Amino acid sequence: MDFEYLFELLCGGVVKGSIYALIALGYTMVYGIIQLINFAHGEIYMIGAFSAFIIAGIMTLSGYSGLSVLLLAAVVAIVYAAAYGYTLEKIAYRPLRNAPRLSPLISAIGASIFLMNYVQLAQTPDFLPFPELIADFDFMEPVSRYLSSVDLVILIVTTLTMVVLTVLIKYTRVGKAMRATQQDLVMARLVGINVDRVISSTFIIGSALAAIAGVLIASRTGQINSAIGFMAGLKAFTAAVLGGIGNIPGAVLGGLVLGIAETLGAGYISSAYEDVFAFGLLVLILILRPAGLLGKAVKQKV
Amino acid sequence: MTATNKGKKLLEVSGLTMDFGGLRAVDTVSLDIFEGEIVALIGPNGAGKTTFFNCVTGIYEPTAGDVRIHPPGGKTRRINGMKPNRITTFGLARTFQNIRLFPAMTVLENVMIGRHCRTGTTILEAILGSRRSTREEKETVDKSYQLLKRVGLADVADEFARNLAYGAQRRLEIARAMATDPFLLLLDEPAAGMNPQETQELDELIVRIRKEENLAILLIEHDMKLVMSISDRIYVMEYGKEIAQGTPREIKENPRVIEAYLGEEAHA
Amino acid sequence: MFLTLPLMVVRVNTVSKEVEWRWSNLIWVGLCAFAIAWFWQFSIERRASRRSQVVADTHVVEEKRSLAQRLADDPVLSRRVLRVAAAVAVVFPWLVSTDQNFYHVNVMVSALIFVVLGLGLNITVGLAGLLDLGYIAFFAVGAYTYALLSKNFDLGFWTCLPLGGLVGMLFGVVLGFPILRLRGDYLAIVTLGFASITKIVLENWDTLFGGAAGIANIPRPDLFGMALNGRQKSVYTYYIVLALVGLTILVTNRLKNSRIGRAWMALREDEIASVAMGVDMARTKLSAYALGAFWAGLVGVVFAAHNNFINPDSFTFMDSAMILAMVVLGGMGSILGVIIASLALKLLPEYLRAFAEYRMVVFGAVMVLMMIFRPQGLINNMRRKYEYDTVEGGHDDDSNK
Repeated sequence: MDFEYLFELLCGGVVKGSIYALIALGYTMVYGIIQLINFAHGEIYMIGAFSAFIIAGIMTLSGYSGLSVLLLAAVVAIVYAAAYGYTLEKIAYRPLRNAPRLSPLISAIGASIFLMNYVQLAQTPDFLPFPELIADFDFMEPVSRYLSSVDLVILIVTTLTMVVLTVLIKYTRVGKAMRATQQDLVMARLVGINVDRVISSTFIIGSALAAIAGVLIASRTGQINSAIGFMAGLKAFTAAVLGGIGNIPGAVLGGLVLGIAETLGAGYISSAYEDVFAFGLLVLILILRPAGLLGKAVKQKV
Repeated sequence: MTATNKGKKLLEVSGLTMDFGGLRAVDTVSLDIFEGEIVALIGPNGAGKTTFFNCVTGIYEPTAGDVRIHPPGGKTRRINGMKPNRITTFGLARTFQNIRLFPAMTVLENVMIGRHCRTGTTILEAILGSRRSTREEKETVDKSYQLLKRVGLADVADEFARNLAYGAQRRLEIARAMATDPFLLLLDEPAAGMNPQETQELDELIVRIRKEENLAILLIEHDMKLVMSISDRIYVMEYGKEIAQGTPREIKENPRVIEAYLGEEAHA
Repeated sequence: MFLTLPLMVVRVNTVSKEVEWRWSNLIWVGLCAFAIAWFWQFSIERRASRRSQVVADTHVVEEKRSLAQRLADDPVLSRRVLRVAAAVAVVFPWLVSTDQNFYHVNVMVSALIFVVLGLGLNITVGLAGLLDLGYIAFFAVGAYTYALLSKNFDLGFWTCLPLGGLVGMLFGVVLGFPILRLRGDYLAIVTLGFASITKIVLENWDTLFGGAAGIANIPRPDLFGMALNGRQKSVYTYYIVLALVGLTILVTNRLKNSRIGRAWMALREDEIASVAMGVDMARTKLSAYALGAFWAGLVGVVFAAHNNFINPDSFTFMDSAMILAMVVLGGMGSILGVIIASLALKLLPEYLRAFAEYRMVVFGAVMVLMMIFRPQGLINNMRRKYEYDTVEGGHDDDSNK
């Protein structure tokens, strides 16, 4: 049993899983609150990556480099992703709040297609190289086989983000309002919560998380492309469902499980069929336990 | 209780219990329905009446107990946990507390669905337009239309079900249930939301159905006037348990029932 | 709405190895955004006011009908139009092609193939309400069935045609079986998952399916072994597809107003109530999947034959989404609506080549806008008026109030 290889895979899986978790959080929060699968969420992630890329590109070509550039790029990415997320909700979802379930789903698909091709048109369908802004840390040298410097940054950032998110949801007014709206929208409105604003906030936070994920992935893989949103979005959605959609810790758990499962499958069985593992897992979960790992099966009242 | 003028037993529920996790919604309830009876199941909100219905009609599988049907001319069966559509083919039909019609289909088509389990045209026959399919189609249309006439909805047969007024929708549900040729009809709060005039019409409709179709009827209802008017017998539930059983007069004077509905102060 | 403005500004820069600032776009975009925002507000407000009107009106509501719908509702006019359309369809290939250039015929063949796909999905999604986001997988199954059978067993087109349909149907049942209990969104995602898995397998299983390169040299349909030139082959295929379209229309029509069709619709409207009324959920749902998949498999064979070459790139999620859009935009369950939507979605991009780049962006936008402003699709659900005997049965109006 090659433990070194296993450990290497596990590390890779955890890193991948953290990214999935960040994006999955966006899916799960939105679904929890308005029962909508935000198909376009993957595109928001992609837009975040692109925004970061533009700023990073400008800065690098003007001579700056290093972590400060990355930080600036990340901030810009968050701002723009949040803005797009907000607008997306306002245009494509809010008018359909009371429509039968099919309408917002189609609208979401349409929005996803629109956004992806819009970026493709406005920029370029090619792969664009993302500047390397994270220098290799010296202290990482001994474990560099398992965890690169970028990986470490990813792990740190995602952990921090989730801590912040948990604090936000649990202790702030906004968080409480979100939890209330998730449980009973009508009642929340009746006690004076501005439901529209809460929903917008949910989208904004979710988009911000996706943007962070986008920046991190761009740093790690060194390139971006307008098509990354679709696949990443689908997989992140798998993660969200895996953990129990609507359930925040579930999204994190699901992301990690998915990342590890995928890496192990690719490492031991076949890397070409990597995506099949993800989808296969999705299909199995939805058929066998639609509530997910941490979710509760809801019985429909007749 | 006069046992002599009862006909054959149609539905026999013994010791029905339904648990949802830690919550016991129905607790060892027994109930019998005989030929030609109109039986009412009453009780305060949350007593478990609709859950009881759902157990009998197959939406839930009871945790314990037996539900047996004795269809006239058919064999006795224990229907615990059977799929609802199978139970319907045996002759049990129901309506729902929150009306469940097919909104984008016409009134006539809603009733025609009831005929689904009584017809057998296959897909291939339908595509080829076989003689059987044409014949069955015509029969279905005619039978459904007759039922609409019986409940007084013949003139809106081509309307979309969602456009109907509330009282009319309830009557449509009854017609649809009747289309399945049941021997026992279960009505869940048929008078809910109706005004006194509509309730009176419903009263007459139910009595008429019982007489003309030779159906037995079990209904959940909160409207006491209706219940007292048409029921032969009444069962009373509270907190999942059966607390009384008898004729309308007996139930009206039963102190336990009064206490359940009005609280302890009314005891004086 | 002013939020969109800054977003556009960002998009204005391209960065490769150099920075390219497209400030001119800024002005252009600013004007557009402003105009769109204004128009948007206007439309939304109009929609809201119309909604409140509907709510206030307790009587039977006359649903607003589009031009296409008004046309379809008028029996005399619609019959005439249909007859003309049918005539045109039949003569079409000879009018627009020569022995050298039969481009338009080929375009129509492709379009008609998608019409069949739309009508097939119309059964599963439109009639039965089973949201299938992976319909394209059945299409792929049919295409690959023909490709493999003709390559390895030398079976002819006409033998493979029903086989493709059957294999598709089998696939549909196998895929449908485990997902019977899923509702709405989850169903959509699982079907999407199935289709993705199918595509990946097709791409990677080189030995059997030819991998990403696909399978080439697939024979065209032959007419009793006669030698046909290029143009004649296309025309021949055109008539085959046209016949399939006609067949699909006939079958769907017959089914819509039949026992099973009503069962599908009831299941779509309210599953719990249908089951309570005696509809066998499993059988009925499976039949919807099976039938829908059958058409996809069937026309997949034609697709493979027409193109002579298939590879996994023809069977993407985008295609599934497009077919779904055809059904939803055309009006769920409406045959005519789906046909119009299919033709529009397939032909417009062909003939408006100038705008080809914007094709997908417009497509996405149209999907969103249609859902907001006209969710019922082009042509609404037209229910058949039954003829019933009003005198028969004894009790007449005396028993009613």
